[in-house]
Amino acid sequence: MTAAAEAIGPAPKHRRLGRILRALGMPALLAAAIALTRLVHPEFGPFEIQTLALGALPLALAAAAQAIVVISGGIDLSIGSLIAVSNVLSASLMQHASFRESLALSVLVLALGAGLGLLNGLVVAISRIPDVVATLTTGFIWGGVALLILESPGGGAPPGYLNIAAGADFGPWLPNALVVMVLAVAALWLPVRLSRIGLLIYAAGSDPVAAFRSGVNVTSARTIAYIFSGMASAIGGMALTMTTGIGSPLAGSYYTLSSVAAVVIGGVSLAGGRGGMTGPVIAALLLTLAPMDLVFLGIDPNFGQVIQGTLIVLVVMVAGLFAYLQERK
Amino acid sequence: MSAVLEFLRARTIFALILLLALFVLGVEGARPGTVTPLWASNVLMFAAPLAIMGAGQTLVMLTGGIDLSVASVATGSAYLLATNASSGDAAAIGLGLALGVIVGIVNGIGVALLGVQPLVMTLGAGLMTSGAMIVYGQHMMASTPRVPAIIQALGAGKLFGLMPIDLFLWVAVGALVLFGLHRTGFGRLVYAVGDNREACHLAGVRVWRVLFVDYLLCAVLAAITGLVLVGGTNAADLSLADSYLLPSVACVVIGGTSIFGGRGGYAGTIIGALILTVLTGLLTLLDVSEPIKQILYGAIILSLAAAYARLTE
Repeated sequence: MTAAAEAIGPAPKHRRLGRILRALGMPALLAAAIALTRLVHPEFGPFEIQTLALGALPLALAAAAQAIVVISGGIDLSIGSLIAVSNVLSASLMQHASFRESLALSVLVLALGAGLGLLNGLVVAISRIPDVVATLTTGFIWGGVALLILESPGGGAPPGYLNIAAGADFGPWLPNALVVMVLAVAALWLPVRLSRIGLLIYAAGSDPVAAFRSGVNVTSARTIAYIFSGMASAIGGMALTMTTGIGSPLAGSYYTLSSVAAVVIGGVSLAGGRGGMTGPVIAALLLTLAPMDLVFLGIDPNFGQVIQGTLIVLVVMVAGLFAYLQERK
Repeated sequence: MSAVLEFLRARTIFALILLLALFVLGVEGARPGTVTPLWASNVLMFAAPLAIMGAGQTLVMLTGGIDLSVASVATGSAYLLATNASSGDAAAIGLGLALGVIVGIVNGIGVALLGVQPLVMTLGAGLMTSGAMIVYGQHMMASTPRVPAIIQALGAGKLFGLMPIDLFLWVAVGALVLFGLHRTGFGRLVYAVGDNREACHLAGVRVWRVLFVDYLLCAVLAAITGLVLVGGTNAADLSLADSYLLPSVACVVIGGTSIFGGRGGYAGTIIGALILTVLTGLLTLLDVSEPIKQILYGAIILSLAAAYARLTE
């Protein structure tokens, strides 16, 4: 992608500007949002940063999971259920485990997430049912699996394990959750982005026919995207165990819709082939910050969902408007 | 064998009816003596709200879209009805339907005029609706929700003990949708837009009008579904119709309407809704826990949709 563009020569000035704006836009937006928050709530400090990071951690991973599938040209509406499965599985397995055993069990949960993601990918590939319908249905099935593992909220994990996300070992201003967020997303995304796999995934998403004719195995590229989505969701579910301390079979449903929101706000095109990982992760932080701000402002935090819905629609509308204006030029 | 397959391929509605018959046989096999006129009337009663919601979903999917806000709209309309029953039945019903109109207009503006992908638009509208309902619910704690008698009759009543009242509503909606799709210019345009939007645009079709009306109708039908549902349960809560999102999409897909638009119709959705309702009944007969039921239900929907995709290829 980028390599090809550079080979042709320097991009026209306005497009280069657009690229810079797109790269800096989301971090700038987050900085502005935090600055605004400090304005309405001057006490905004380490504790609030910690709350923000804890709340955003599972969502950031859900957003990463969604982003990779959307980039590959699909959509995964089973992410919430996958998070729930990993959440209840980790919480029920680790309840009486030691810290070391918990770490070993984490690998197991991660492998299961990859397996369920693979199943998602295979269902989409083999059944030829469109992604939306296929993952809506598999999400329903995984929801049943989560209920099978744990019927009602419960379970737990050793304190050391919870501390991985809940602690603040790097000083009060840098909560562990933020570090885990960056490390986990980077560990999942960089190997993809920097290798051939990433190129194939982007190619499959941006133009499946052209990709197929150039010898890309579109089906396997998409299936790999679903596997990564499953792994990111599994980490998201374990993060939920770390941040809430329990497993809850219905806790995941929020993440399906919010992951789509984060991806859209984070600049990943639902048409596939475009976008990165920074945008969705920052969007996850923004989406978590919004309800907090409502509390600071003394507004019912339940408006958060309304705002989230409005934000998604507005972002897509503005993006559509820009595309329209560009076409008219 | 191949002749049979060929026939079914050409007339997929027969394949669906055959499948429905198989499921009914399955119910009878699982517990002999279950399939009675009363059982059939119950199936129709439970299938009606799903089929009405499926009608809206069919309209939208025929144009290549999808409406993920139907469950939120149905829940919201039921909740508005129940919390406003004290100001009169007509006003309460009107409020419920008004929610459908408002969300329909919002979806319509987004999809038809501003070109937002249907998935994102309806997802956002659904989030806004359910969020607004949560906020509204917290301010309505004081008054106790109540479902008007007329809505209870609609959702759970039967004429002569056998004719579910919501069946009449379903027949009316179904007749209108079938007539509208196959005998009017609007219906032809719905198929045409789903088949090739660009060609329609070049041919002078005001594509946005077709899409706008489509999303408006879908949301209103979802609101009507909410009223039927709350009449059946006689209790409004904020998760009333949550479990209807997947079936509303599934009954359309199983019924043979392509999610890419232009192919299918409401007749298939009707059978699809009946199949899913009988399937739910069948799973209830099996002595398994709720999560297992959920897993089986999803797996069967997947296999049916996959089989259908293979058959029609």
